[in-house]
Amino acid sequence: MRIPEFLNICRFFGESRSAPVARERLQLLLAHERASAGRSELIGRMRDDIVAVIARHAGIDKRDVRVKINRRNRVFTLKIDMDVPA
Amino acid sequence: MAEKKPATTVVVTSGKGGVGKTTSTAAIGAALAMEGQRVVVVDFDIGLRNLDLMLGAERRVVYDLINVIQGTANLSQALIRDKKLHGLHLLAASQTRDKNALTEKGVAMIMGELRSRFDWVICDSPAGIERGAVMAMKHADAAIIIANPEISSVRDSDRIIGLLDAKTERGKRGQEMEKHLLITRYDTARTKTGEMLGIDDIADILSIPVLGVVPESNKVLNASNLGTPITMADRDSPPARAYGAAAKRLCGQDIPLEIPAGRKPFFANWFGGRAA
Ligand SMILES: Nc1ncnc2c1ncn2[C@@H]1O[C@H](COP(=O)(O)OP(=O)(O)OP(=O)(O)O)[C@@H](O)[C@H]1O
Ligand SMILES: [Mg+2]
Repeated sequence: MRIPEFLNICRFFGESRSAPVARERLQLLLAHERASAGRSELIGRMRDDIVAVIARHAGIDKRDVRVKINRRNRVFTLKIDMDVPA
Repeated sequence: MAEKKPATTVVVTSGKGGVGKTTSTAAIGAALAMEGQRVVVVDFDIGLRNLDLMLGAERRVVYDLINVIQGTANLSQALIRDKKLHGLHLLAASQTRDKNALTEKGVAMIMGELRSRFDWVICDSPAGIERGAVMAMKHADAAIIIANPEISSVRDSDRIIGLLDAKTERGKRGQEMEKHLLITRYDTARTKTGEMLGIDDIADILSIPVLGVVPESNKVLNASNLGTPITMADRDSPPARAYGAAAKRLCGQDIPLEIPAGRKPFFANWFGGRAA
């Protein structure tokens, strides 16, 4: 058996299917990077406004409101996450 | 002579370096010219020009983009006509200046002129997200985002997609920038074994439509050695066919996407054709 074929078998039984892991990591990472970079100025301004409004009405600090913006199949989703004092 | 309709300006960009931007610019530029279009390919990689090499025109560059911006040459003097392919032209980058010589005003003036003279203006972007890359995309109507099936390339593509809306004239006017994903150096066998990200994975993560899938092939290196775009050097090779189809889709033709067949995975023979 030639060496490349042997390596192929190692891949088959071993650490081959790493693409799904890459996919997972990318999805998580990009969700984060898109949120922090802001997909566009519009989205960025929207995020700032939303944070300000929530902070004002809920009477909490701006820093306790986190807005995540994600994009999937041409649709943006907003996730709002905040710490409200008990 | 009838008024010509202004060119479509396309930027070929990626963020990450070495993924195939210059190869793709030459290949698609040549493919469009072979369809009878008047095409200019513009090298924005100031200080690291390579598009001249891909077209075998390196010894014919006298004036470049920066000379035109600074007024030491006019556009007609700087445009290099391709010797083999009628309709294909090159505007080379400067090898000696740096990217600060790309002034906003100068780039706007040149892009305006080119748009009135050609059917297609194709801008080869440098890697990165700095001035050179921003200038290359600034006046584009459409973008071809080059990605390899690899995690860092996809991440950088995502970054560039963001910039395409934020930093371009079109984006600033609130108009949609047409974005096309071109996956290059695609290795079918390694995708089938789950080692490399698949086309659906990449397209889904980036959520832009796929313009084409160009297989990894040593014919690409061969064509660059010869100084002839792959679409001319080896028309029937799988990468040339993929680029040719991508150029047709760019023109709005609706042709089904062909996924390169690639070599047969080794285990396919052993387990009755089941993809290993
Ligand atoms: N489909 C392919 N198959 C094999 N090799 C390829 C393919 N596409 C590009 N290459 C090779 O990859 C290398 C980089 O290509 P190219 O110069 O086009 O990338 P680039 O994105 O323009 O790089 P840079 O960011 O430095 O400008 C070259 O050696 C080229 O021959
Ligand atoms: Mg290049």
